[in-house]
Amino acid sequence: MRPGLTAVPIVGLLAAILVSQGCTSTSQAATDVINVEIHHSHFFPSKLSVAHDETVHFVVHNTDPIDHEFIVGDQATQDRHEHGTEDHHDGSVPGEISVPAGAVVETTYHFGPPSQKQIFYGCHLPGHWAYGMHGPIRVSS
Amino acid sequence: MARRWMALVAVLGGTLLTMGVVAGPALACAGLVTPGGNVRLVRTGTLAAYHAGVEHYITSFQFEGGGAEFGSIVPLPAIPSNIERGGDWTLQRLDREVNPPPPPPPAAEGQPVVEAAAAEEIENTKIDALDITILKGGGASVGQWARDHGFKLTPDAPEVLDFYAERSPIFMAARFDAQEAQDRGQQVGDGTPIHLTIPVSNPWVPLRILGLGDSGDTKIDANVYLLTDRTPALLPTPGTPLGFGLIPLRSEQASTQLLDDLRTDKGMDWVPQSMWFTAFRVAEEAGRLHYDLAVDASGRGRPSLIWAGLRRPPKPAPPTTVRPTTTVAPAPTVAPTTTAALELALPPDQLIEPQRAASESAPVDLGLAVAGVGALAGAAVATAVIARRRLLR
Repeated sequence: MRPGLTAVPIVGLLAAILVSQGCTSTSQAATDVINVEIHHSHFFPSKLSVAHDETVHFVVHNTDPIDHEFIVGDQATQDRHEHGTEDHHDGSVPGEISVPAGAVVETTYHFGPPSQKQIFYGCHLPGHWAYGMHGPIRVSS
Repeated sequence: MARRWMALVAVLGGTLLTMGVVAGPALACAGLVTPGGNVRLVRTGTLAAYHAGVEHYITSFQFEGGGAEFGSIVPLPAIPSNIERGGDWTLQRLDREVNPPPPPPPAAEGQPVVEAAAAEEIENTKIDALDITILKGGGASVGQWARDHGFKLTPDAPEVLDFYAERSPIFMAARFDAQEAQDRGQQVGDGTPIHLTIPVSNPWVPLRILGLGDSGDTKIDANVYLLTDRTPALLPTPGTPLGFGLIPLRSEQASTQLLDDLRTDKGMDWVPQSMWFTAFRVAEEAGRLHYDLAVDASGRGRPSLIWAGLRRPPKPAPPTTVRPTTTVAPAPTVAPTTTAALELALPPDQLIEPQRAASESAPVDLGLAVAGVGALAGAAVATAVIARRRLLR
């Protein structure tokens, strides 16, 4: 094998490392990925922390044999869904998506500037929020 | 066999009557509610009777009206060898034993007293308006099966199903067709008793399932009756700090009258001449009812922590460490105490004991081997010395 051929993947690997380093060092105004697992009708992790002006890509894995949903928003948003009639969220609204049993779904949500409003994530299928399917999101400045 | 089925039908019929008569404290929802939620399937008192290695588990589902379907899931310790309609009399008679009717007023004295009468589907049967399915599978697969069959699982269901599947992968799903109940002329308050015959090493009564779907502060209220050959050891023991939510009602030798009465019900001719009668009332908040009732009816006084739900069962040992078994598939005519189902029913902690014994036996075997090699070596040296002496002579 020629030396040049072996150098190509090494250079590519270095480039990938540099790119990934750049992404993590400039988390603000960039897209971060947060994995959320649903197990026994609870979210793991049970609370999240993000930076303001950050766009977060949520990957939600439902390990339960029942359907759930993942709704991000302030208290007013959560109240609206808790008392609403939407039985399905197709993901067209950022931060709002249904999570069928055993499925992995993704949704993206942009956290704006720091606000007095507390942001939550939760599930509003009947009885799920009351059962504990919700958590706070701390938006750091 | 025909007699057995007739007995079962009688037991179920009696339970129906019982359900219509029994009121008050013996009602507890155990449901997976349909979205409509206009039908309620209610569980009343439960009898777990244990004799000759077989648990007779009798519970009842009561029709409370509505026009939709309804379902319920009951965890079981093992695969039932028989499912039939319970008699109409058994649960009612047991309720009367712990809640005797008030004495008749003086004016009534002398008058004749009228006694008020991905889961594997192991088996499917239909009893009245109930479609009964015996399932085998883990919590997730049973949940998936329930979901695929129209059950609406409540948010606590995944954890509760896993809780039970860790102990026994056997569940009974009962699907209630309210329309058929109405077509059959069932009235609100009518119940359908189910009599399960389950070969097990010890009886067991699932209690945590009573709170399925209820909020944490919902008060569970149900009666549990036990009939055993000996005085049973219970865990939790009703009335103790651990079993604070279990109110003891009776613990006594069953009266001859009670046993005679029960024996007259269909499916109850197995009741022997002497049994110990235990009764208690489950009066616990759903949020605190995170345990079941483990029973040791053997006289050893060692109910299983695992079957009580107070300790998680150990994970199954890797197949390579499991001693080969020569279990023979049970024949339908074999006595239930010797079937493979009995092995399934053994509490996991009891199943582990032979494995522990096997692992502990390894050093002993090694020691014997070393001693044997040493003895052979010694004998060889001695033989060589004797031979050398003979040569020197």
